[in-house]
Amino acid sequence: MILTYLIGALIIAIGISVNRNKWVNYSLAGIFLLLQWTFTIYACFHLNETDLGYFTYDSLGILLLITLSIIAIPATIHSKIYVENHHESGAVRAIYFLSMVGLITAIGAGYLANHIAVTWIFTEITTLSASALIYHHRNKLALEGTWKYVFICAISITFVFIGILFLSLSIQQSGTGHMSYSSLLERAPMMNPFWLRLAFLFIFTGYTVKLGLVPMFTAGVDAKDKAPAPAGALLSSVLMNLGFVGVFRMYIIVANTPLHHWANLVIGISAFLSLFVATVYMIKVKNIKRMLAYSSIEHMGLVMLGVAAGGIGYYAAILHIILHAFVKSSLFFQFSQVYRVFQSKSIYQLGNYFKYNTTGAMVLLLGFISAAAMPPSGLFVSEFLIFRSMFEAHQLVLLIAVLLLLTMIIWAFGKNILKILFIPPVGFNENNVPRISPWESVTQFVLLALAVYLGLNPPIEFVHLIEESLILLPH
Amino acid sequence: MIDVLLITLLITLFYMAIANRLMTYIKVLAIQGVLLFVVAFVQLEEINPLNLGFILLETIVVKAMVVPFFLVYILRKNNITREAEPFVSNFFSLIITTLIVVLTVLLSNTIQEAHLDKIFFIVAMSTLFFGLYLIATRRKIITHVMGYLVIENGIFVLSLAVGNEMPMLVNLGIMLDIFASVLILGIFLNKIGDVFKDVDVQQLNSLKDV
Repeated sequence: MILTYLIGALIIAIGISVNRNKWVNYSLAGIFLLLQWTFTIYACFHLNETDLGYFTYDSLGILLLITLSIIAIPATIHSKIYVENHHESGAVRAIYFLSMVGLITAIGAGYLANHIAVTWIFTEITTLSASALIYHHRNKLALEGTWKYVFICAISITFVFIGILFLSLSIQQSGTGHMSYSSLLERAPMMNPFWLRLAFLFIFTGYTVKLGLVPMFTAGVDAKDKAPAPAGALLSSVLMNLGFVGVFRMYIIVANTPLHHWANLVIGISAFLSLFVATVYMIKVKNIKRMLAYSSIEHMGLVMLGVAAGGIGYYAAILHIILHAFVKSSLFFQFSQVYRVFQSKSIYQLGNYFKYNTTGAMVLLLGFISAAAMPPSGLFVSEFLIFRSMFEAHQLVLLIAVLLLLTMIIWAFGKNILKILFIPPVGFNENNVPRISPWESVTQFVLLALAVYLGLNPPIEFVHLIEESLILLPH
Repeated sequence: MIDVLLITLLITLFYMAIANRLMTYIKVLAIQGVLLFVVAFVQLEEINPLNLGFILLETIVVKAMVVPFFLVYILRKNNITREAEPFVSNFFSLIITTLIVVLTVLLSNTIQEAHLDKIFFIVAMSTLFFGLYLIATRRKIITHVMGYLVIENGIFVLSLAVGNEMPMLVNLGIMLDIFASVLILGIFLNKIGDVFKDVDVQQLNSLKDV
């Protein structure tokens, strides 16, 4: 089935690129969504089966694949609204949808890959398709953002490859060189610790470019700033999850060796530094889109702190990345509307949003409450569990430091969002504010509601899938 | 034989560290491509036509011909001045490169590993770190791409050190990596040449916070 999916996506992509007609493009994007959902449903009914040798429908992959398919629908709808509002030419629109299809397909296939090199290849493909999306506006700033993103991603992906080479050195004593995750896991206790250490360091550093952690987070922030908002939503939700998959599958292997505590230390340091960096920039930043990007870095830092703490933290981490994907993509979709009203990203020029677009302002307010993890947000549950896991792991000092940083983040985030919602902007001409249909916000409300529902009252199958994806970790 | 070739590769790094002109960099990259082919050819235990063709394509065709010609084309098209314009002096560059090599030799001496040919490890890691150093200390954007290519060459040596156990798939991945990144980087480099009149990293500093 995955072969059908990949070939289907390829045919759709070629179709979009050869035919520049508006309605052909939209209907092909619609057909792609249909294909994506057919594939997702097929994957759900074939849990833990291997397809094509290199892909397994395991529980972690399926959870994230469903998240991807859910977010793909509003992403396509908002992309359509976006290109129509910008009156894009046929070629630009075709390239946009083409890269979108490529990005979603590569992310989906990357989630399901059961071989470390296959995950790597699909991560590389996401860089290529994302770069076309970031370059969408074809101006100086977009060029700078794209250049930085492509360059830093290329170096990071190279790091991952070096890591894979070291990993293959570490298993040389134990026979064959097959490097699927399951066969690596079987041989984990026999691995050479020196090479495994180097491999983990390189692979972790490489994937941080997608995951958005220190040290490689910078490229992602520029990318989310310059990409069109619907594409930014994909970059800061599902693409970050792909980075998580890359790190987490490697982490499972390392966790089954004596290096478990060392790996926790590495992840913990990187996660705490990410939180720190996110705090510093959240306080300073004046560009709302970059602020949202830094908020994503904060959340990924929390997720990795949960992983480093272990115990209930693993469960919380996976819950958190899924809920964060829904909340953050909804905020990015809403940003599109904010930009249409004010024609600016700077906090100074935004304000009194309730007056100009009441429905959108509701989304922004609820999105802020969700992203800041205040009840009834689902993220409250997962963050609470992460803190509990840190408490149980006796990381009290770290926990207090993290809570202090989070307080500052919520203060900075809240200050900016409330300014946009209530305080009138200086020198803003009200006369030509476009009227934005409330229907455009429906999908954003649905995403936010989904995050609340999954956090507060998770269906039993959902909990079961998360627990099953943690089964390989030592307890 | 292999030792001589690998050490020649190491010497090209020193040459690159003190070279002044961008054309020299490109020529060195082409020479490295040829050297890598010979190393891979000698290292190959059994001649599998498919594998050989693959390595030939990867080293001679891509690394020694396509990429250098493409870089020359970019250089000409954008009227990039021929000086490399490093931030540091050549003498300092030479010292740093020597330090990189000495440190990797010391690092490799701490490794107790029967499966690994140490000279491969030393050359690979030196090339890798030298590439990073090149990126950090050169002013032009095109030299960043060259630094990236040097890193790729280091990885090629490292993958030879790991042995013939790397599956075809990974080879395919390397190809994808080189093609994609160089083409994409080249295309954007062309664009950068059109948009920003001087191709200098100092101009890429508009995206920042405050």
